[in-house]
Amino acid sequence: MEIPYIYKARPDTGLYNAKVGIWLFLASEIMLFGALFSAYILLRVSAPVGFWPETALAWPRGLLNIPIGTFNTAVLITSSVTVVMAWASLQMNKFSHFRVYMVITVLCAFAFLGIKSFEYNDKFSHYVVQLKSGKAVTGHIEVNGKHPRFWNFSDQWSLARLTTESVKEISITVDPERDKHGHVKSHSNHAHENKTIATDDIQFLGSYTPATHPFFAVYFLITALHGLHVLGGALVLAYFAFPGAKMWKDNPQQFINRIEVGGLFWHFVDLVWIFLFPVVYLL
Amino acid sequence: MSLKSFHLVFIIASVALMAFLSAWNFLNYRESQIVSDLTWSFASGVAVVGLIIYGRFFLRKLKNISYL
Repeated sequence: MEIPYIYKARPDTGLYNAKVGIWLFLASEIMLFGALFSAYILLRVSAPVGFWPETALAWPRGLLNIPIGTFNTAVLITSSVTVVMAWASLQMNKFSHFRVYMVITVLCAFAFLGIKSFEYNDKFSHYVVQLKSGKAVTGHIEVNGKHPRFWNFSDQWSLARLTTESVKEISITVDPERDKHGHVKSHSNHAHENKTIATDDIQFLGSYTPATHPFFAVYFLITALHGLHVLGGALVLAYFAFPGAKMWKDNPQQFINRIEVGGLFWHFVDLVWIFLFPVVYLL
Repeated sequence: MSLKSFHLVFIIASVALMAFLSAWNFLNYRESQIVSDLTWSFASGVAVVGLIIYGRFFLRKLKNISYL
């Protein structure tokens, strides 16, 4: 028995099977990301003042690089334009244009992930150090002459680990003082100052990672989940651009439908970022 | 909803984001008087105009394709 409406639209709904399937899938994705956004908002509004030591704010602000985030937003918007142009090219029977647009889309996806990994790396070597005197400093640390790196979890340091491994002191490149928008304050020294801090003077030490603050927990969870979606989408679109493109000769309508379904997923992923960027970076 | 319709939703959301970013940067500029904030505000405003022009071009280019 042949399965109906694999590539032809059902006359009463105007939809083919895969389009119904992708929208059901996207509905479940909306619930997933919606729950995470809700978690972020609830954690933020219920955070006690002074939870973040440096600024005495309830919630840390100005810790993410807004120009980088804006650039990544532009990259994803561009990728959405190119994926829809790839689909439109097939509709107009221009296969070579389709492939060019698809390759640009995949390149944009990997550019996004590359920039994101750069941001992640920075966070894993960026620490907040609260001193027993009550003061707190933030900056990039070096322990035994080495910077912690995000691909090596054993590189992460805590006060307990410093004590266990008998590390007497750490050096830190202190961040310049910033306002709530992330600008270096006018009276602050723009040059990064290097300091050495004795382990005995430290009350708390934590990197800009999930264990330190709920902000980073939610930030890494949502952005990493989003990043996995970007990676998955990019791999599928790359497959359509090259090995999967053989279908264009045998069944062009089904191939166009596949690109549309892939494009719908890609647009969803980009739309999540359109909401994520202002919520996490700006507000 | 077809990719055409979803793309229009996406472009509208992008326009809203860029308009918000422009206003956010402008408010920061008024507070901080830092020129880079004003530059970002202007760049975001240009992006709003660019996206609206693109949206109109897109609608013309795909006028024969269904919204469903």
